[in-house]
Amino acid sequence: MSPRVRLLVLAVGGIALAVLVVPALVGLPHFGGSVHPYRTHAVVASVAHHSANVISSINFDQRGLDTLGEESIFLASVLGVVVLLRPAEEETETASLGGGPVLESTKLAGYAMVPITLMLGFNIVTHGHLTPGGGFQGGVVLGTGIHLLYVAGTYRALQRARPIQVFDWGEAIGAGAFACLGIASLAMTGAFLAAVIPTAPLGHLFSAGTVPLLNGAVGVEVASGTAVLLAKFLEQAIRVRPAAKETEP
Amino acid sequence: MSVYPYLVAGWLMAVGIIGIVRGRNLVQTVICLSVAQSATYVLLLSVGYQRHATPPVFGEPASKPNFHVVDPVVQALTLTDIVVSATVTALLLSLAIQIHKRHGTLDPNELNTLEG
Amino acid sequence: MNNVLIAVVLTLVAAVGTVVVFTRRPERQAVTLSAYGILLALLFMVLAAPDVALSQLGVGTAIVPLMVMLTVRKLHRRR
Repeated sequence: MSPRVRLLVLAVGGIALAVLVVPALVGLPHFGGSVHPYRTHAVVASVAHHSANVISSINFDQRGLDTLGEESIFLASVLGVVVLLRPAEEETETASLGGGPVLESTKLAGYAMVPITLMLGFNIVTHGHLTPGGGFQGGVVLGTGIHLLYVAGTYRALQRARPIQVFDWGEAIGAGAFACLGIASLAMTGAFLAAVIPTAPLGHLFSAGTVPLLNGAVGVEVASGTAVLLAKFLEQAIRVRPAAKETEP
Repeated sequence: MSVYPYLVAGWLMAVGIIGIVRGRNLVQTVICLSVAQSATYVLLLSVGYQRHATPPVFGEPASKPNFHVVDPVVQALTLTDIVVSATVTALLLSLAIQIHKRHGTLDPNELNTLEG
Repeated sequence: MNNVLIAVVLTLVAAVGTVVVFTRRPERQAVTLSAYGILLALLFMVLAAPDVALSQLGVGTAIVPLMVMLTVRKLHRRR
């Protein structure tokens, strides 16, 4: 259909949707109100399991099965990207080029920030049950932090620092560890992903049952998956060229 | 102010959908989809907010739970959704790259033949 | 005071979201998308959600605009 007809259909559908949605939005409980029925149950359960960060407790303890589904989506999407971004028959993968000139201040900032960022990422992952953070956030920080090497240095330095094979395995190991921890809980208590490790009082490092372990597994998976994703896109943008016009590196 | 955040979420969703339909380029479509997804995050978090309440993280070892916190359930939903939707965006972008390789164009108006 | 802050940030988010959608070229949209990500993270912080803000900051500001820029570069190279 032509663009005009498409816009007309959008207008009709949009008006119909607005007529239904706007009264619904206006009829929601007022913003900032105090009617939150799920909050009571979630907070009580979280404190009972000695988990200081209620959100981590919900994600990995009370609704751990949902997180298993989410990380399966993550795994499948990264798999899809890796499959889609293979070089086609008419393309070749050239050796990486040297790269353009980098400002000295960029190099300094980049090289100084790489260890800080990686340590911050590890901190966010391991303390996910105590402070705001967790496997997902820390994994993203770790996966992007390693690419500061590309910003500050050359593509070759990045390639040496992050062998893709290792990160492929890391992602699979993270996802598998999550499922295995769940099965271990199933074997021990009869409930999938139940908290089985004896818990210390709230606020200590080893509190909150299996939440730190699950955090670690998800952190490994998300970090490796993000690194693989960015690696595939970088490869496509930098190294894969059509075979007809092959330039000298 | 009591319904303003919900209306902002509705506006963002509408603007995102308009961008998807009007897009002249598949990459633009993916970005507008990302904006539409962010509308759901704003809506979820606005539903869970309570005035003068603290974030749902406890510092001191507390024996009695403090209920004056923001709703943690919607935050848990939004949090994993953000990370996972980024990878789905990556999948859509790599699909766009493949479409460009096969058909040479990214204009949705010219991509209307389904080849077997 | 809190009300005013939330209202201002919400208005900014709506405005920058509209700007992102109506930007013409994809490489410029990546930059505005990054700014939109930072504003969203600010909104989530103001709404007392530090976990979500951390997540949004890493993803919406760094990863998605980076992938869009790499895609656009790849597509321009082939032309």
